[in-house]
Amino acid sequence: MEVEKITEEAPEVKTFRLKFKNHEDAEKFEFKAGQFGEYSVMGEGESTFCIASAPTRKGYIECTFRKAGRVTGALANLEEGETIGFRGPYGNIFPIDEWKGKNLLYIAGGIALPPMRCVIWNTLDLRENYKDITIIYGARTVNDLVYKQELKEWDERPDVKLVTTVDPGGETPDWKGEVGFVPTVLEKIAPSSKDTIAIVCGPPIMIKYTFPVLEKLGFTEDTIFTTLENRMKCGFGKCGRCNVGKYFVCKDGPVFTYKQLKELPDEY
Amino acid sequence: MELERKLIKKASLEKLYQKLQANGNKIFAPIIKDGKTEFHYNPSYAEVTYDHIQTIQSLKNTVFPKIENLVRFTTDRNGTEVTEVDLAKVPSLVLWGAHPCDAAGFKALKSIFMWDYKDEYFNSRMNKMVVIGLSCYKCDDNCFCTSVGLNPGATNGSDILLTKLSTGDYLAEIITEKGKEIVNAAAELFEAAPAEAKEGNLAQVKQQFSHEKVTKNLAGAFEHPFWVENSLRCIGCGACAFVCPACACFDIQDETKGKTGKRLRCWDSCGFGLFTIHTSGHNPREVQSQRWRQRIMHKFSYMPERNESLGCIGCGRCSRACPVDMNILEQLIALEKIQ
Amino acid sequence: MESIRKRAKELLDSKQVQVIIGYENGTSNKVRASFIKDSAQVDKLIYDERCTQNLALYLVKHEVKHLGKMGIVATIPAMRTINMLISEEQVKPENIVVLGIGEDGKLLDFPDLTVMESFLQKANIELTAKDKEAIEKLKKMTTQEKFDYWSNALETCFKCYACRSACPLCYCTRCAVECNQPQWIPVQASKNGNYEWHMLRAMHLSGRCVSCGDCGRACPLDIPVHLLTMHMAEESKRLFGVDSGLSMKMESVLSNYKLDDKDNFIL
Repeated sequence: MEVEKITEEAPEVKTFRLKFKNHEDAEKFEFKAGQFGEYSVMGEGESTFCIASAPTRKGYIECTFRKAGRVTGALANLEEGETIGFRGPYGNIFPIDEWKGKNLLYIAGGIALPPMRCVIWNTLDLRENYKDITIIYGARTVNDLVYKQELKEWDERPDVKLVTTVDPGGETPDWKGEVGFVPTVLEKIAPSSKDTIAIVCGPPIMIKYTFPVLEKLGFTEDTIFTTLENRMKCGFGKCGRCNVGKYFVCKDGPVFTYKQLKELPDEY
Repeated sequence: MELERKLIKKASLEKLYQKLQANGNKIFAPIIKDGKTEFHYNPSYAEVTYDHIQTIQSLKNTVFPKIENLVRFTTDRNGTEVTEVDLAKVPSLVLWGAHPCDAAGFKALKSIFMWDYKDEYFNSRMNKMVVIGLSCYKCDDNCFCTSVGLNPGATNGSDILLTKLSTGDYLAEIITEKGKEIVNAAAELFEAAPAEAKEGNLAQVKQQFSHEKVTKNLAGAFEHPFWVENSLRCIGCGACAFVCPACACFDIQDETKGKTGKRLRCWDSCGFGLFTIHTSGHNPREVQSQRWRQRIMHKFSYMPERNESLGCIGCGRCSRACPVDMNILEQLIALEKIQ
Repeated sequence: MESIRKRAKELLDSKQVQVIIGYENGTSNKVRASFIKDSAQVDKLIYDERCTQNLALYLVKHEVKHLGKMGIVATIPAMRTINMLISEEQVKPENIVVLGIGEDGKLLDFPDLTVMESFLQKANIELTAKDKEAIEKLKKMTTQEKFDYWSNALETCFKCYACRSACPLCYCTRCAVECNQPQWIPVQASKNGNYEWHMLRAMHLSGRCVSCGDCGRACPLDIPVHLLTMHMAEESKRLFGVDSGLSMKMESVLSNYKLDDKDNFIL
């Protein structure tokens, strides 16, 4: 795929807009919100990221990554017009059709907004299908918030409630959002659980602390969704590294309900 | 269904070997070299041995090589050119003298590689392979095939199974179409079935646990103190996984040389500390006891449930290879009894 | 054997240690590491000529350290390893009690670790006859012969890293082979990659290896990888006069510079 556009999101974080070089591949390619792919730089290897753009936006896909290792380091060195490899889509999906007529509460932390951005835009593009949409997004510092342009856009939209927060100490003098960890801010805002689906995505530690808060707010186990990101290589249930108990995050996930997670051993 | 039985004389066995070799097949057969019995490619028939209990390494390398070339690529100023590997070029292979447990090992691998997404690299190697099995007439105290639903004369996985008879000649059981083709193409070497029964010529491997019971117990044993107590001496190497006929975990790595390169699939092990580590540094399986648990759980709990196959064929290689005596049989016997 | 059990019981009962790392009978007439936490279990402990594993390995294992203070049954190579681990600040002397075993297989009385230090000054590590012979044979080879020997021997390696895991001085949580920016050593078990890995291992252990031989014993494919590190140990002694593991304040030969270091290798 060709890197059509590169956006710098935060320090070391970039978004690539990718276009299929081959017209037939582009025609054939279909995916749904929640799925992921394997992105590769030949000679360096492959890396796993969720598709960060919505399936309602045709003709391209986007991925957002933080430069952290060998492959992401090589990806970060690419320029617009260069080519990368892509395999996918893999994994299961967010059941957005089943969420029709409900309120949606998105809760994301740090570099975990990208896997959620796909489903956020997907539901925003089908806005009439859903009632209130709330997004709570936190990062370590103001600088670490990704998709700053889109956050602004969501903030300005009358049909979206956006709450941004940064960890204590991560604020700047002109920061107007919240200060505090995501679970704390969630408790403070206390959104209603009535007719609401909560979608949580973040580092394992954030997820583990957010679930109890949601339960306290009255969310039931099957109305809370998350997406896991275990280390992967193959993407289709063979290489043996992403399993949590008997489930493969790459096949049975990455999207799980809290109910499913509770049945899984603590191995994520 | 009753299997077709024939007799093949000791002298004819050599002729069959040579015939298969002359027909352009690669042959993978056990020989003794530097005091160790291992399978080697295309040995002369005089070198081939039938007397080993078990080779150190499994035979999975034939269908799941320790390095599998997935694609080739060339990078230059105009971009990257990717070339698929031509799987039609995979050579025909005869696996000569595989023990019944090893033959069954391919079934276990198949249950992983052909589950859901079909792995073409594995499949094309499997399709090009013929397994001429050899029943075991001896065993050691690491063998436990009878505890995992197999036996020293099990036919499952072989195309032809040979069993040495008291006369020194061999009973040939013809199990699959591939096996039939070989027999038909060398009909002059096979004779009418012998009167002697196979059973008296097999090793006696005592059943030591019920794998069904182990699987049942494991379902509720994730948090059991057993794992920490019994893995303190485990040093976290990959010896058990790499000699195992059913371990299939792999890594994908690129290798480049100047402008050209290959994307490779190579063996990996769930026992390695960094196997599951996230980019963030978070590691879902942080300590060795969790990794040991994964190894046993995968083989005796997850695979039976997801892949409809056990991930263990009772060959005992891991126990023999382990530098610190993490004996899998001992642990499975204990797991059959845990509460 | 009885004296080991008695000492182990004393240490556990008086709560001087929470675990005794020793040897017990394993399967198929093998012996293996044993972790005794309860003094009622001390009779499991054994010691005989089969007990060769260097148990100092477990002093740096997370789950063993977690048990508390450790008493360790240590052969001479293990005692020298303990000195190395203390020198490299991987083990705190106050967290361990050493049940040393002398050349005669008898329990040594070490009131504290300095006594162990002085004992080690006089204790030699005897290589096995087989290893001595193999080393002599290698020494007689030409450079090309040596290269061919090792290329051939290492080609079968499938990189299970049993050599690394069995070595008490290979304690890095992220080994150089796992550092991939840049990728120093190829991950796959290819001919060149294997060669590079074993050379790297030998170099990282130069001047540190105590010649316990556990890396070679651990190899499931019987590749004599211990001959590489043993040779480097011998070279460190020859070139720098350093015999590793003799004291708790060893300086690493290859990461320290001294004015009187030989420089005749500089062209």
